Amino acid sequence: MYTQSMDIPDGAAKKPTAVPDAMSEQEAAFEARIAADGRIEPQDWMPAAYRKTLVRQISQHAHSEIVGMLPEGNWISRAPSLKRKAILIAKVQDEGGHGLYLYSAAETLGTGRDEMLEGLHSGKAKYSSIFNYPTLNWADVGVIGWLVDGAAIMNQVPLCRCSYGPYARAMIRVCKEESFHQRQGYEALLVMMKGTEEQKAMVQDAVNRYWWKCLAMFGPPDADSPHSAQGMRWGIKRISNDDLRQKFIDATVPQAKVLGVTLPDPDLKWNEARGHYDYGQIDWDEFWNTVAGNGPCNKERLATRVKAHNDGQWVRDAALAYAHKQQERAIKEAA
Amino acid sequence: MTTKPALKDWPLWEVFVRSKQGLEHKHCGSLHAADAGQALHMARDVYTRRQEGVSIWVLPSSAITASNPDEKGEFFDPAADKIYRHPTFYEIPEEVGHM
Ligand SMILES: [Fe+2]
Ligand SMILES: [Fe+2]
Repeated sequence: MYTQSMDIPDGAAKKPTAVPDAMSEQEAAFEARIAADGRIEPQDWMPAAYRKTLVRQISQHAHSEIVGMLPEGNWISRAPSLKRKAILIAKVQDEGGHGLYLYSAAETLGTGRDEMLEGLHSGKAKYSSIFNYPTLNWADVGVIGWLVDGAAIMNQVPLCRCSYGPYARAMIRVCKEESFHQRQGYEALLVMMKGTEEQKAMVQDAVNRYWWKCLAMFGPPDADSPHSAQGMRWGIKRISNDDLRQKFIDATVPQAKVLGVTLPDPDLKWNEARGHYDYGQIDWDEFWNTVAGNGPCNKERLATRVKAHNDGQWVRDAALAYAHKQQERAIKEAA
Repeated sequence: MTTKPALKDWPLWEVFVRSKQGLEHKHCGSLHAADAGQALHMARDVYTRRQEGVSIWVLPSSAITASNPDEKGEFFDPAADKIYRHPTFYEIPEEVGHM
């Protein structure tokens, strides 16, 4: 999986909802449950803005899983060995599964699957921007597992405690599977780092291209993240963008060292006083530009996704026709 | 770029998985499928890729009748004042030991 911070509005900017003066009884009950760190389930009353935020976040998250299959899927037929190919197929299939867990969770909020897919296919809904960058060679596949899935894990673990029950349960399922994703990527890189100079250079090059983009996956700095506070108050978001980013950096620096690569940031150094690594400036202009649709692969990813969906239409039609035929036959036989 | 209507006509199914022999089936999510047989196959691929199950049930989501959360009070409260249904309600002399 892959969430980037899901503070990115689909279209119109949404202003944070103000707390109304007079709360209804239902609203008070909802607020009390949230305050007590309780869980909200599909049939429970919830404010419209809470529902809307969740539908947006969970569906964006689902879209990210589905589109996330594409950059790695490109390498299934070119994996360097049968073993790596089998591993990559399993990983990409997991991502498809993650998308399905999440669509299923989002549907409990009353939004249909077709509506969500329409949002993705029309370009109205967002997905994680990291997938709008190309996978140029095999090292990129390893780096995606290590860094992109690694960043995703940081993001997703706190979501297992999300206040919305179906989302939290889907995330527990997802998180169980993510560890394999990160480890297989890191291990593939370890193997390359024991190879030729050329192979080592490929790994370093892939790290150089992906590092900053992975840091941006956590979303804009807290100061520029107006929806974050509401998400935190509702127990949807548990740890802020900047804190998650810092956790990721602190965890990754030692891993890079063992692997034998450098991270492309001259400002990256341990800060004894803070007990964390300091790091340099993220290029947010580039991030927003990619979110806006102008990244190197936005058009290609969406077109591939839409084509796959349309090419599968006859399968869905045939399955339905078959189901109807079987039903009719059963009715006739019973008569 | 145009897209065709997606899964409108494929009904929603709820999936229940028995994780191992001796345990109950537990709800784990939902999926869309044309019919029950396909729902089972898809449930296997979506929810048991790592041998998480030895048996799967699927049933149409529309077949579920749920208690109304707004009536949670009236519905469940009658059990709240019947503390004599719990073993701790009864005091038994210590010399009796475990009972
Ligand atoms: Fe995933
Ligand atoms: Fe993953």
